[in-house]
Amino acid sequence: MARLASSRWSIVLGLAIVIAALPFLFPSNYYFRVAAIVNIFALAVVGLNLLMGYAGQVSLGHAGFMGIGAYSVAIGSAHFKLHGLLAMLIGAALAGLVAFLVGRPILRLKGHYLAVATLGFGLLISMALANEAAWTGGPDGMGVPRLEILGYRLRGPDTWYYISGGALLIGVILALNLIESPTGRAMRAIHDSEIASRVAGIDVAAYKLRIFVLSAIYASVAGSLMAFLNGHITPDGTAGFLRSVELVTMVVLGGMGSVVGAIVGAAVLVILPQALTIFHDYEHLMLGLIIMVSMILLPRGIVPSLLARLRGGGA
Amino acid sequence: MPELLQFAFSGLTVGAVYALVALGFTLIYNASDVVNFAQGEFVMLGGMVTVFLHLAGVPLPIAAALAIFATVLVGLALYAFAIDPARGSSAVTVIIITIGASIFLRGVAQVIFDKRFHALPHWFGSEPIRFGGAAILPQSLVVLAGAAIIVALIFVIIDRTILGRAILATAANRLAARLVGIPVRKIVALSFALSAAIGAVAGILVTPITLTSYDVGTLLALKGFAAAMLGGMGSAVGAVVGGILLGLAESFGAGLISSKYKDAIAFLIILATLFLRPQGLFGKKSVERV
Repeated sequence: MARLASSRWSIVLGLAIVIAALPFLFPSNYYFRVAAIVNIFALAVVGLNLLMGYAGQVSLGHAGFMGIGAYSVAIGSAHFKLHGLLAMLIGAALAGLVAFLVGRPILRLKGHYLAVATLGFGLLISMALANEAAWTGGPDGMGVPRLEILGYRLRGPDTWYYISGGALLIGVILALNLIESPTGRAMRAIHDSEIASRVAGIDVAAYKLRIFVLSAIYASVAGSLMAFLNGHITPDGTAGFLRSVELVTMVVLGGMGSVVGAIVGAAVLVILPQALTIFHDYEHLMLGLIIMVSMILLPRGIVPSLLARLRGGGA
Repeated sequence: MPELLQFAFSGLTVGAVYALVALGFTLIYNASDVVNFAQGEFVMLGGMVTVFLHLAGVPLPIAAALAIFATVLVGLALYAFAIDPARGSSAVTVIIITIGASIFLRGVAQVIFDKRFHALPHWFGSEPIRFGGAAILPQSLVVLAGAAIIVALIFVIIDRTILGRAILATAANRLAARLVGIPVRKIVALSFALSAAIGAVAGILVTPITLTSYDVGTLLALKGFAAAMLGGMGSAVGAVVGGILLGLAESFGAGLISSKYKDAIAFLIILATLFLRPQGLFGKKSVERV
């Protein structure tokens, strides 16, 4: 079981089956919507997990890149009348470029300092989105024109469930291939000991930067998908500090360094508050509680803890 | 010229609050290596509990004392139920726990109190004092004096008492401190209590000027952190100086450059400090052991 869960293609196949089979259990459109949100967050978290779980760098500002993706789509199609897909590509390129530029100095930092620098970076982006109201509609956000492909307007949550599921699948395949490649081995070496890997001839700074850029692109695409799904975006909802915290929590909750864990973490943190929140007022209280309890009780994450138990049990 | 004086005064007032938040940060950081992002929630609780007790008819001084007491209890609970059980976790895990705690406290405040802004009466009236063309609220002077007293008190405790020695010893080397008989966990709990009290007092002092609501904590915590970082993590003097400098930078930045991006100044300062002088103004350069 443990070997099965860690083998590359069985993960992809399993995920594809789950994505295809789940809709048979969905009684209403609401479930498609929640599941699409899970897919989208999972995509961003798979990217962030590459950075945190493999390259060993934390980013508390990753929602900033989601914001870039979301607003690229919104601004591109509303102000410049670009096709949604083109705007999404531009957003991904932009997020990658921004990550490349800020990554070099930021990734030299470690521990608390890295956490706070990335946090500050994320806040600057959400602040800019909230303040430049002429472009972004300010704190109240802006509408996103529906995506149209070959004359079909894509609008239903079920449509976006399948699209986001496909995107997640592609993201997972890319991530798994990367992990198995020489780059992946170098990243794991960096995670275990930066100094040892530098001694072994790995260009640590270049690898970190590359993964940072890649994870930013993942987040940006996820942000664009979120914009298409919701049809309306706000700075707080896409790029806010709380979003960044949620992303990091999803990574740690699912299990750092586990691609399946990234998806599980996203699913738990999206679904649990939905299930527990009877009144809207309790949203913060519940989220804070979930974050604290899961970090204290499951510091290694759900999936690694489960795998360890399976191995230990001789299964 | 009067404008500049005005900016300087409002900068000093806000800076005094940042300095107190940064000082609370530093106390906890020194004793336990924990970066406590719930620090701003202490400020919020101090203000909010006072406001609601006062609304319920409790006289202001008693309401303030009860608010400090309640916040200290929250600080101790934070240590006992969230930080202590996670001993040995990575720095990032602990940061996320304190962020979770801050979101949780905000959520609780939102449910117990409400989501509106609240004010407290000014202690000595709200008639501004004219000085060189600038208008100064008497409450600003209260904030400055209060902050100065607290800072002095903390320095006396740390420098002159056996308790302060124990805190310093714990900060320097936890294992060695335990070996010479210092109850390290009690000292860490105490640093949380002390830091909560400082935050609560800051909240009570400044609420008449800046108002308070359930969500003022987040930005305050980040700015307190920026101040601590500017001064040099772990340095109490640095925390105070960093807080004042950040307050002044914000006030002049908002007045002379752009008020829309006032809150961005703190983060630009964080980034600039990190890249130019990571050890801060008063910090010691850290040497990484392999």
